Amino acid sequence: MARVAQVRKTAMMGDEAVAYAVKQADVDVVAAYPITPQTIIVERLSEYVADGELNASFIQAESEHSAISICVGASLAGARVFTSTASQGLALMHEILHAASSMRAPMVMAIANRALNSPLNIHCDHSDVMNARDTGWIHLFATDVQEAYDLTLMAFRLGEDRRILLPVSVNLDGFILSHSVEPLEVLPDHEVPEFLPPKDYPYAIDPSRPATYGAMALPDTYMEFRLQLHEALQKVPSVWGEVSRSFEEVSGRRYSMVKSFAVDGSDAVVVALGSTYGTLKHVARRLRDEGLRVGVASLTMYRPFPEDVLARMLGDVKAVVVMDRAYSYGGLGGPLYTDILSTLYRNGVEIPVLNVVYGLGGRDFTVRDAEEVLRMAAEGAERGGFPEKVVWWGVRR
Amino acid sequence: MLEKIIRGEFGYEDLPPAAIISPSPTSPSYKTGVWRTEKPVIDPAKCVKCLLCWVFCPDMSIKRLEDDSVKIDYDYCKGCGICSEVCPTKAIRMVEEV
Repeated sequence: MARVAQVRKTAMMGDEAVAYAVKQADVDVVAAYPITPQTIIVERLSEYVADGELNASFIQAESEHSAISICVGASLAGARVFTSTASQGLALMHEILHAASSMRAPMVMAIANRALNSPLNIHCDHSDVMNARDTGWIHLFATDVQEAYDLTLMAFRLGEDRRILLPVSVNLDGFILSHSVEPLEVLPDHEVPEFLPPKDYPYAIDPSRPATYGAMALPDTYMEFRLQLHEALQKVPSVWGEVSRSFEEVSGRRYSMVKSFAVDGSDAVVVALGSTYGTLKHVARRLRDEGLRVGVASLTMYRPFPEDVLARMLGDVKAVVVMDRAYSYGGLGGPLYTDILSTLYRNGVEIPVLNVVYGLGGRDFTVRDAEEVLRMAAEGAERGGFPEKVVWWGVRR
Repeated sequence: MLEKIIRGEFGYEDLPPAAIISPSPTSPSYKTGVWRTEKPVIDPAKCVKCLLCWVFCPDMSIKRLEDDSVKIDYDYCKGCGICSEVCPTKAIRMVEEV
């Protein structure tokens, strides 16, 4: 491995860390509309621009729908683009999310994950991004503040890669990560361009070479264009390998599509997205010392879905618990649960899977809860099954 | 390639990525006249050169000539029949396509 850059140890909130990464990425356009718990990101960016630390157009739009529309235009013009939102803001962007991916407009959007109305709630869950699951975006999840910083830098490089050209969301749990101060290492400014060269967009709008953008495609071509989008996403895992290796060279930190703790040789595995992974890992370490054979896994990349990695990882265990911080109302369970069920079924793995739906609207998931879930997973492996399919964790009945 | 695409001879990788199409414009090569089921036919003897059909045609498929007589561009006329409706002398008849 090549030399690791001189790093700087510091401490930041998740939102600040994202804004710092965006500044170092030297974006050209930031268009956003403030919404809790993302607000600090764009506040910091507006300060960077006002103080002359970042040479970018900072555009406060009149709504999130306009913010993301501005981002699509700017991206197609060849600019490096960032936006940030959460919850209702992401919901308001929804139709343009599809346009951004299918027009192949790379951009990075931080989502400080927050519950959706109604009832009104500003705290963490993943209902916002799960509604955007099938929009053709790449969705990354940070488990701590360091990852929120790292993944933001990596997201630009991944999305702008000529083989990909797709928008990327970087998800950080609202308040739990967005507003928590954690220690992290940041790259020195001069190291960033080496990892992340300026954007070189092959279809940039150019008056001397007129082109039609966002053309109409009737039934005779529409499906072919949609397959192009799917194929671009299929190429992400291999490009991710290159991006993460190159990031490891400057940072010393390695990111696989699925991170895991003590999965090898475990009887049961608990899978979760976002900051909950840290809580589970912390408790699993102690329980393993007691002899409980249970591991933990978390998806850094949720779309495209890392099916092969998960099929291998879960192929030899006896039971799985999938934690969902969102729900498919009227459906079979949470979105991650149904994805993992499908992965296991079509890879011929027949093991019991329990869905734990937890933390909606920011309800705390404590180390005590993590211990109960991990013990439940081990018990499921021992008994060869779970008494229920889906558990709404800690709900009052 | 464009001609092949219009004829339906392509795979998904042959299409321009993200439907970003250059050079532009491409709509002239899409002969929408094939959508037509009835075509307008002008009787020059009845035409009084009022140009109402030229004004009302939604597809700019009525061509105005030097002497203000009109001609139909069948490459793009979709056969909507508006010209025939607005003609005050009933000089435009809609005839079934064969």
